[in-house]
Amino acid sequence: MAPSSTPTIDIESLGLDQGALLLIRRALAELPVGGELQVRGRSPDWEMHLEAWCRSQGHPLRFDTVEGQPQARITRGSHAEGRWRDAQATGTALGDINGAPADDAEAGWGLAARGATVEAGSPNFFFALHRRHELWAATAGELYRQAAAAQWDPGTAIEWDAAFELPPAIEAAVVQVMTYLIENENAALLVPARHLGQIHPHFREVLQLLALQCADEARHVEVFTRRATLRGHEPALSTAGGQASLRTLFDAPDFSVATFLLAVLGEGSFVNLLNFLQAHAPDPVTRQIARLTARDEARHVAFGMAHLEYRLSVQPDYQSKLRNAIEVRYDALANTAGLNEEVFDAIVLLAAGELSPGAIARGHAAVQQLQRDMAAGRRARLARLGFERDEAERLSALHTRNFM
Amino acid sequence: MSEPVLIMGAVAYAPKVVTIWEGFKTFFVKNGLPFDYVLYSNYERQVEAQFDGTLHLAWNSPLAWVRADRIARSRGQQVQAVAMRDTDCDLRSAIVVRADSPVQTLADLRGKTVGMGALDSPQATLIPLDHLRSEGLVNPRDFLLRCFDVLGGKHGDHIGGERDAALALMAGEIDACCLIDGNHLAFGLDGTLPSGSTRVIARTGAYDHCNFTTSPGAPAELIERFVSLLMAMRWDDPQVRPLLELEGLREWRAGRTSGYALLERAVDDENFYSHDGAILNADYRY
Repeated sequence: MAPSSTPTIDIESLGLDQGALLLIRRALAELPVGGELQVRGRSPDWEMHLEAWCRSQGHPLRFDTVEGQPQARITRGSHAEGRWRDAQATGTALGDINGAPADDAEAGWGLAARGATVEAGSPNFFFALHRRHELWAATAGELYRQAAAAQWDPGTAIEWDAAFELPPAIEAAVVQVMTYLIENENAALLVPARHLGQIHPHFREVLQLLALQCADEARHVEVFTRRATLRGHEPALSTAGGQASLRTLFDAPDFSVATFLLAVLGEGSFVNLLNFLQAHAPDPVTRQIARLTARDEARHVAFGMAHLEYRLSVQPDYQSKLRNAIEVRYDALANTAGLNEEVFDAIVLLAAGELSPGAIARGHAAVQQLQRDMAAGRRARLARLGFERDEAERLSALHTRNFM
Repeated sequence: MSEPVLIMGAVAYAPKVVTIWEGFKTFFVKNGLPFDYVLYSNYERQVEAQFDGTLHLAWNSPLAWVRADRIARSRGQQVQAVAMRDTDCDLRSAIVVRADSPVQTLADLRGKTVGMGALDSPQATLIPLDHLRSEGLVNPRDFLLRCFDVLGGKHGDHIGGERDAALALMAGEIDACCLIDGNHLAFGLDGTLPSGSTRVIARTGAYDHCNFTTSPGAPAELIERFVSLLMAMRWDDPQVRPLLELEGLREWRAGRTSGYALLERAVDDENFYSHDGAILNADYRY
């Protein structure tokens, strides 16, 4: 007898409820609509199950007897390919030749992996941030990889039991500075987190980077809290002015402005502050904390800068929004006290290390230098974003006195 | 005068029924057919509403079709099965024992306990009873019937009765159970009946399941538009596919009544309905 040209599979004694459906589905997928597949089997209920399955899938089925054994002939149903007709392409996993994702991620792509094929009619997800220029940074992927590699364990990265003894006034100053840092880091966690939930997952690298940024801030809140309470103290004072300054970050009209105020200006200044603490803090635990947190914050600033450089490269007139954001925030905070005296004095005391006039003079001078460094850093970053020298100086001066 | 609206009845056997018919309503209205639906908690009241002017047509179980047909005939009226799912055609039920059971044939069920589905389930009770009767086994003379009576009045649409019977079989509480062939596969895949744990000792003949049944005097033009819109629904259409998936079909087919003979016979033999559609089974609750 001439061999049959009809594709044939033998599922042997494998039941349809034991995985044979996988073999049948794969064999059918190789056929055009209307093509026939012969199936042989030996498991007790395979014919009954095949009948039920073919009925539910719309594949016509009949049985022949070949050499005394039943043999199924399945015709691939016309509906088999329907699910993937007009399916949506979602770009490629690695982005275009420049590594960039789509200009605009569609609501219907939903949660699918970038590059996946999405069935037409999939539900829409309304992510407010779905246009590339509103959130993208060319270095987002690289910064994510750096962030993933740089995660540290608060339990082991810091020598919590390092021996040191501070005068009560200096320890109190450390506690006050930690208290201030915690509330600022709460803002630095929650502001990006609010935007994170609005980002279309097509922009995978930004999503991943911001998730790690939130994890960084969670660690910072932990280590600042552990240092504040290391000698049995409760956190100290939180002022209305400080919180009012942070609240304006929650009112930013969009992701780019929030990133500008928080990362470029606020966290940028914080890198100076943390470097200052690394140099001047009176105990090794605080110095270690400052070193590790400053490294994370520098990465956050790098993303903020990269995002705004990208946005301004495709939308140059967005610069006026940034200028306006600083001015609006300045007006909103004009009647608040700015950095509270307790925090300012505590930073001076940390640098002084003792209460003698000579030491205080040194501490005060160091803090004045810190403020000059912060302003210079802000001016430099504003200049990189295309602001003229004079304007960069003016806008830097309008930045909140609360630093963040 | 307001535009005539086609009113259809459906039984709410599960929450998804609302999703299904809201979706169909949107589809029909968008395609120019004024359409609305009324949900019933059981098929008996739905069928009765087909004869008091409430409904123009109903999405009926096979047993509801039998009753509607009987009521209509007894009144000199006519109902029609105008459409059904591809998956409603040529179903078969299985009679299943545990793999290690001494029961090899139907005759071995004499004196044993056979688990079935809801009292009013065509696929899990009435048609299997008919099959056993045709093999000389009559309840309660020859075997003990134990019904897993879930949600009476829903004609077995709720899968719970079949699942409860399957679980009781595995627990050794009954000697055999009856279920639709597709559910035997589904329970194997979901682990209710672990693969290889059961043996099929008999299969019933083929029968048909649900259909859209017109009420006597239904507006012909609206019914015609309804049917042609159903037939135009395409699995390829992403707007329509979710509805078809929920309702469990790939395409609608013209209604046929050739697949209800086994059920008609069972309804008579088991004294479920009279020839004029009156409910005879005194244990039936809905």
